[in-house]
Amino acid sequence: MTTDRIPVRKTYKLWIGGAFVRSESGRSDVSGDVNIPRGSRKDVREAVAAARKAARPWAARTAYNRGQILYRAAEALESRRAQLISVLEAGGGRAGGLGAAAELDAAVDVLVHYAGWTDKLQPVLGGINPVAAPFLSFSLPEPTGVVGVVAADQPSLLGLVAEVAPALAAGNTVVAILSEAAPHAGLDLAEVLGVSDIPGGVVNLLSGRRGELALALGGHRDLNAIVDASGDPKLGVELDKLAAETIKRASHHAAATSYEDAVDDALERIVAVTELKTAWHPVGA
Amino acid sequence: MTVQSRQSIVWDYAPAPEATDHLRLAERYGLFIDGAFCDPAEARYVPTINPATEEPIAEIAWAGPQDVQRAIEVARAAQPRWAALPDRERGKYLFRIARLIQERARELAVCETLDGGKPLRESRDVDVPLAAAHFFHYAGWADKLRYGVAAREVAPLGVVGQIVPWNFPLLMAAWKLAPALACGNTAILKPAETTPLTALLLAEICQEAELPNGVVSILPGDGAVGAALVRSPGLDKIAFTGSTAVGRDIQTALAGSDVKLTLELGGKSANIVFEDAALDQAVEGIVNGIFFNQGHVCCAGSRLLIQESVLDEVTAKLWARMGRLRIGDPLDKNTDVGAINSAEQLERIETLVAAGEEEGAVRRSVSCSLPERGYWFAPTLFTDVSPAHRIAVEEIFGPVVSVLSFRTQAEAIEKANNSRYGLAAGIWTDKGAKAFEVANALRAGVVWQNTYNHFDPTAAFGGYKESGFGREGGPAGLRPYLRVLR
Amino acid sequence: MSRRLAHVDRVGIEERAAQLGARSIKTTAKQQGIRIAVSLLDLTTLEGADTAGKVRQLCAKAVCPAPTMPEIPSVAAICVYPSMVTVAREALAGTGVATASVATGFPAGQVSLDAKLRDTEDAVAAGADEIDMVISREAFLSGDDARVMREIARIKEACGDAHLKVILETAELGSYDHVRHASMLAMEAGADFIKTSTGKAAAGATPGVCLVMLEAIRDHVQRTGRVVGFKAAGGVSTSKAALHRLVLVKETLGDDWLTPDRLRIGASSVLNDLLMQYAKTQGGRYGRGEDFSIE
Repeated sequence: MTTDRIPVRKTYKLWIGGAFVRSESGRSDVSGDVNIPRGSRKDVREAVAAARKAARPWAARTAYNRGQILYRAAEALESRRAQLISVLEAGGGRAGGLGAAAELDAAVDVLVHYAGWTDKLQPVLGGINPVAAPFLSFSLPEPTGVVGVVAADQPSLLGLVAEVAPALAAGNTVVAILSEAAPHAGLDLAEVLGVSDIPGGVVNLLSGRRGELALALGGHRDLNAIVDASGDPKLGVELDKLAAETIKRASHHAAATSYEDAVDDALERIVAVTELKTAWHPVGA
Repeated sequence: MTVQSRQSIVWDYAPAPEATDHLRLAERYGLFIDGAFCDPAEARYVPTINPATEEPIAEIAWAGPQDVQRAIEVARAAQPRWAALPDRERGKYLFRIARLIQERARELAVCETLDGGKPLRESRDVDVPLAAAHFFHYAGWADKLRYGVAAREVAPLGVVGQIVPWNFPLLMAAWKLAPALACGNTAILKPAETTPLTALLLAEICQEAELPNGVVSILPGDGAVGAALVRSPGLDKIAFTGSTAVGRDIQTALAGSDVKLTLELGGKSANIVFEDAALDQAVEGIVNGIFFNQGHVCCAGSRLLIQESVLDEVTAKLWARMGRLRIGDPLDKNTDVGAINSAEQLERIETLVAAGEEEGAVRRSVSCSLPERGYWFAPTLFTDVSPAHRIAVEEIFGPVVSVLSFRTQAEAIEKANNSRYGLAAGIWTDKGAKAFEVANALRAGVVWQNTYNHFDPTAAFGGYKESGFGREGGPAGLRPYLRVLR
Repeated sequence: MSRRLAHVDRVGIEERAAQLGARSIKTTAKQQGIRIAVSLLDLTTLEGADTAGKVRQLCAKAVCPAPTMPEIPSVAAICVYPSMVTVAREALAGTGVATASVATGFPAGQVSLDAKLRDTEDAVAAGADEIDMVISREAFLSGDDARVMREIARIKEACGDAHLKVILETAELGSYDHVRHASMLAMEAGADFIKTSTGKAAAGATPGVCLVMLEAIRDHVQRTGRVVGFKAAGGVSTSKAALHRLVLVKETLGDDWLTPDRLRIGASSVLNDLLMQYAKTQGGRYGRGEDFSIE
């Protein structure tokens, strides 16, 4: 008797601290023929801890090196183009009019764009201050630290990359909550980034119920900034209030539905997750 | 000690020559025009020589006036389409070139060393990685030009002619091409007469990157090709790196024209050591400042100014350190100082060193066995140098350092600025406030504090006074290739 | 009087140290370098779990590191705790391999000077040829240079004929300026060797630390004419690292220093790696751990 080959199904996992793990809760949601891990608040906690551990070494790398790593992430994403397009097509989460191929291409180009920002932030955002005294005073941008991202539901890939890339380019580490409606592409992105040069913990991606995860993330006291692209005004207000508890930097974006959406306000996106440091030094022996 | 003292040991490094088998050079290279290698209109092929052995490496086509004209026409035709590409797509071509330089790093490094005589350690660790980094940096600028020059709308200049020297052939090509292309210009590059090879490998890389035809053309040849390029109608900009004498000729030739010009010329840079410096690191910086690339560096720290209170100590440490330099086969991975680039340059060094001795300065040259063939000059230290001596005034462009002394900070500044050049300077002190004050007072385009000869694609480089004008590197490096429309 | 430090620039010193780490040591130079490195080893065991059996095994290895490669010399010394000196001394009798003992409340040194002196005297009485003492970081960090030197001088007296290596524990000193300063104090107080580390701290004989200490030795020798040795200890666990240290010494102090009476490398696991790399230069095949004895 001949039988059809039985396909080997995929197990999607969360991406925390560079490792692919099941939700500690042991829960998952069925989506077609695959299961989507349903992350928990403890997963959020682990992810923030991993991002915090990775923050200092990531920020300490040279801007050039971080640019190289982001560019290689773009290379890695492009190399999985066909696969990701089919995932996007199957997974739904299509924003009005944006085809899966166009979404993928835009996501790659957004990564390339922000790869180019790493070594340009300082000259563009910083500078020497012409203070009226014999001092060398200069101001320079620095990453704020660990950034939480609540990604848009759709487009599920571009909407995620548009929020994560600026935070990384600015030297932050990221914990992102994926599209609840269509998390597949985001989970696949984890696998793409997981084999690029991005160090473990610099990006952490969690799937699950947004309402549950976003509040745990936004309320985490060891988060420095929250970027909300959920498009949910009620959630936005909740996140703002939680941010106020530890004076987190909070920003809200409409879902990026094109390359231009993601890069035209690049500096605004970057400034939202950076600090500016001014240093003074005497001039005169 | 109970362990018997052993007989004295001499432990020397065995020869460690870099393998050259992965470098596959053609016997003959044509001109690179319109995306393809081609014969010159009037056939003329000249061998390029390995200065460490005087052996020919490959035959190189030299361009003539007709070739220059054709390259300009091709570049002119290609320019509108190149500029019309979406910025990010133009950037992607540059990212590709950067990646290909990285992928072919070893080949490029070996080629640079064979053709130019510089130690492999430098071509491998400095020239090639920095060349790739420049392309990466400017690739990222291609879609951020407005941020770089704080303008609302910018436009490329058009077609640019670029002439580069023989001391950093690939790196200077990268410094020139990367910003020009990022801004939407098309370019014609003339590599130096004695070191055309890596530029031609870069032409191959442009092909591999599928850069549109005509965006980059490469025309090897001697000064006559450069002169023809400069005087050709149809160019919008000339960028030149080389001697002040030639720079002056170019500026004269362009008098009255609309052709934009940037010049990166010679130097006689002061390296100032204060008594409170970390002296051992200062000595390393002096060595790096003057013996890096055999002193064939426009910003070399060739005028060493040492505070009198530490003059003897620093000079003694420097002389001892010079004795540890390893001079010889540039391909050997342990070589610190390689071959002089050409017979002509060797002669110039010898002439100026002879002048130094005649004028009464005290010469010390490292005693080392130099290869019989090839062009070599032992690292040399001059003491008792007076500011009026030729070796304190003229650019030697070789491994020769002149030591002068000073007493006070004010005197150091005055002496450092007492030059027609103004390319670079070094300051060695442990006191930051002093370093910044001296840096402010120096009339030099680059001032290094407690380091020397560091380069980075994000950091502008260029000179004051007769060292030229215009900057390369960082956002400042975009301006020479852009018009700000509003 | 406040302490005056000579300046060491971290960026500059680390650049130079890394540059020397890029020297390419191949073929005959590698073979000779490995043999030299073995001859300079202070083969060390400093564990609470050390027993006479363990020390005897290590001594056998020290005398004849590789029976199948007779051209590999004995190591310079065995380095143990004072309680193990007698055992080592007996095992090494007549072999030319010295017995070194740590002393002075190793590794923290947080005991009284009397206790340090008694510790030293015990080790010397038991037959130690060499004493590895620790400086008082407590005194050094609180700025009491005089006490640091006084202690070294007293221990030196207690050593008698035994040679004194002074451990600076550089990872605890906070900066290269302080490493250089401590080097100078130790040499002026009579150290025969200055040594980087105990091997028990977070970092050991990093290239930068070695280079700073070597430059301090060079300047001291030039000024006083008295030769002082150098011992790199802590973190030198591969042949590449050991050869890098040799390069640092060769290009800072010269070939004269490549002998056991002026240079030591304190380590335990590096020996087998040296043997494995040496075998590779002979046979051309990369090696495996099982080919070399584990003590």
